[in-house]
Amino acid sequence: MATHGRTEAQPVDLTQVRAYGDTLNDGAVALSFSLPVPCGDEAKEAARQLVRQMGLTDPQVYHAHDLGEGYTWLLVYAKSPYSVDFTKISVPKVATSKLSHVAIEDFWRAQGGGEKLRVIGACTGDDAHTVGIDAILNYKGWRGDKGLESYKCFAVKNLGAQVENDRLLAEAAAFGADVILVSQVVTQKDCHRTNLAALVDLAEAEGARHERIFVCGGPRLSHPIALELGFDAGFGPGTLPSDVASYLVQAVAQRRRENAQPA
Amino acid sequence: MSSAVSPSAVVSAAAPVPPGFGCPELRLPADQVARARTLARQVAAEVDAFTERRSTVAIERTVLRLLGVDGAGDDGVPWVNRIVDQLQGEGLLQSGVAAPFCQAMLDRGLSAQEAAHAVVQGHIDLRPYAAQAIPGLQPAARQLGDHLAQHGLQRIAAQRATRQNFLDTLGCGPQPLLYVIVATGNIYEDVVQARVAARQGADVIAVIRSTGQSLLDYVPQGTTTEGFGGTFATQANFRLMRAALDEVGQELGRYIRLCNYASGLCMPEIAAMGGLERLDMMLNDALYGILFRDINMQRTLCDQRVSRRLSALAGILINTGEDNYLTTADAVEAAHTVVASTLINEALARGAGLQTEQLGLGHAMEIDPLRPDALLLELAQAMLIRTLFPGAPLKYMPPTKHMTGNILRGHVQDALFDLVGVMTGQGIQLLGMATEAMHTPHIHDRAWALEAAKMIFMGGRALGSELAVRPDGAIEVRARETLGKALDLLEEIAKDGLMRSLAQGHFADIARSPDGGRGLAGVFERGPDYWDPTEAPITRELQSRGWLTPQGTAVWPA
Repeated sequence: MATHGRTEAQPVDLTQVRAYGDTLNDGAVALSFSLPVPCGDEAKEAARQLVRQMGLTDPQVYHAHDLGEGYTWLLVYAKSPYSVDFTKISVPKVATSKLSHVAIEDFWRAQGGGEKLRVIGACTGDDAHTVGIDAILNYKGWRGDKGLESYKCFAVKNLGAQVENDRLLAEAAAFGADVILVSQVVTQKDCHRTNLAALVDLAEAEGARHERIFVCGGPRLSHPIALELGFDAGFGPGTLPSDVASYLVQAVAQRRRENAQPA
Repeated sequence: MSSAVSPSAVVSAAAPVPPGFGCPELRLPADQVARARTLARQVAAEVDAFTERRSTVAIERTVLRLLGVDGAGDDGVPWVNRIVDQLQGEGLLQSGVAAPFCQAMLDRGLSAQEAAHAVVQGHIDLRPYAAQAIPGLQPAARQLGDHLAQHGLQRIAAQRATRQNFLDTLGCGPQPLLYVIVATGNIYEDVVQARVAARQGADVIAVIRSTGQSLLDYVPQGTTTEGFGGTFATQANFRLMRAALDEVGQELGRYIRLCNYASGLCMPEIAAMGGLERLDMMLNDALYGILFRDINMQRTLCDQRVSRRLSALAGILINTGEDNYLTTADAVEAAHTVVASTLINEALARGAGLQTEQLGLGHAMEIDPLRPDALLLELAQAMLIRTLFPGAPLKYMPPTKHMTGNILRGHVQDALFDLVGVMTGQGIQLLGMATEAMHTPHIHDRAWALEAAKMIFMGGRALGSELAVRPDGAIEVRARETLGKALDLLEEIAKDGLMRSLAQGHFADIARSPDGGRGLAGVFERGPDYWDPTEAPITRELQSRGWLTPQGTAVWPA
């Protein structure tokens, strides 16, 4: 791992990395937050005490802004004494590479056949929150990243909310889906996990698990949790449609290659 | 120059600074502008002819609300839905909901609210009444409906008068109005955020709706404290926020406008609620829901007409949503689609009786800020729209597509948009949030945006009337090129009709079919005996104010 730009200056100890302002290990950090108290010296002191409780030292209130109605915005600089061992950082990731919109289309075209990759999506169980599935599938997408509907290489069917697992599997079969995309937003009593596991069980009971790629997503889901529940991949908060699209073209291509080989 | 002259005196000594609308002159071919408008009117007239012969479940629910029905069951389903669905399910809605409902009220001697409750409880079955339709409707039932409709519309008129009184006595901020959003999901928390924003200078508070509300075929009831990415639009929430803004506005000596969304599957119902609760602005686009929410086009086109007639009556300013087109289509290549759509939206709005000062046509060009000459292109487009719609309080929006999470860069982008907004005389400046696309605004995010905008507007308010663009220079050439392409597109749309054009994907690169999308089942052709007791009085009122012609068609400024 390269430590750029410190050829003459003191080298970075990657086992003890601290925040950096202008001097190695100075621990300089900035915080911006509001407090529900009137602007004044008391608000500034409250901010300093709060910042110290966060484990930071030398808090300096650069700006206190009267928002009115008894609220104050504070901009505070401070020092963090903490460090992390960068050599021990490990982040599990979906094992396919992130592609651009154009590269995704090109990748799928290069797979030949000209057929679209067929994706069916739903919020299952009682979950009525289609925000996630809509963000990924609908044309408009999310954060300026267009949804799967906007890609020429995908045929998309969005079943919407409150779809039962058996119906989802039946619709997927009728649609000839390559991929089943399940969104779970509601997590009360871990219903999302129960629901997702039940879908995989049902698919396995019907002998249909390996015909399709199973993907889940939601604010409390991640790739490791998805694997644990028997899915092929999982996407957590902040996922863009193009993240899912990148994974799907590569995973479906891979699955087709595997299925083409005699067991 | 004498150093003793204060900065404000430098400008005012030469000429007084205009209150707004200053925009450098842009020379456009007048024949093209006239032709584009003629085509847009032609497109709109065809749509109006289609929608006038139809109604929808949402329109029927609106009628019930205006007759005085307001309530929901324990399951959250509004009474108006239960009533309309009962008839719709049996194919008994062709004559409208009003006739059977008023006849039942008359027979049982019940108020609208009591009758609605009785229907929901199963004590009244409207189906036999509906089967008789109008021939069986007693004159007394018709009189009752007319009377209740008048009463409902008078409540809207009274709110309009109250607003005018506030504007006359308190006044309001100068244009461009500073427009910010609140979106906590909890109406009580929204009120805190809105009051704070007003104190920092906000002129308009828009309460963003919970994600997905546009696809609900009912309006939730009561105050709400949970939402996703926004707060549910309910009549009770409207009322709470209105009271809070009136209170803080009176203290500040400035009327604070309230904005929400008359869009989605309940477009006309929300417009009616907005009129009853004195909202001042409504996001209300003839095409947005079709394109971006996959709502059936027949449904939305019918619903937009009624919602806009109500907004015209209520004095609500509408904001159209063309700014969204370029989040999906290329900003530079497809800029003309925004212009074409804005002209169509204008024509449909005027057909519904909306006046120039109610046309907050929305635009933003979403040009990549890292593109060379991005600022020049933005200026050219903003000047083009400003020049095409003189007098309209245009709503100018910063790019949401290019917000990256780098909040400092985002803040600068928004500041540049503020500069373009003030120097092209836009009417309403939607303030970008540095944290946009990351989270719904925190209380201080809004403060950053308001502080920057106030400074830029103060410093730049005379630029539009003092600067001139180079004749036949890059700005004029770009504006004319965009207008030319918009005209070509309008020629095509006028030839094919709006519905076929939407099916061909002319807007936002999205194609929608006339029979696809959500909500088509809720559209029906009016039977020969169709009766909506609110329709005639609304038309009469709009005609008497000179906003519709005696034939009921659009009035265009000379």
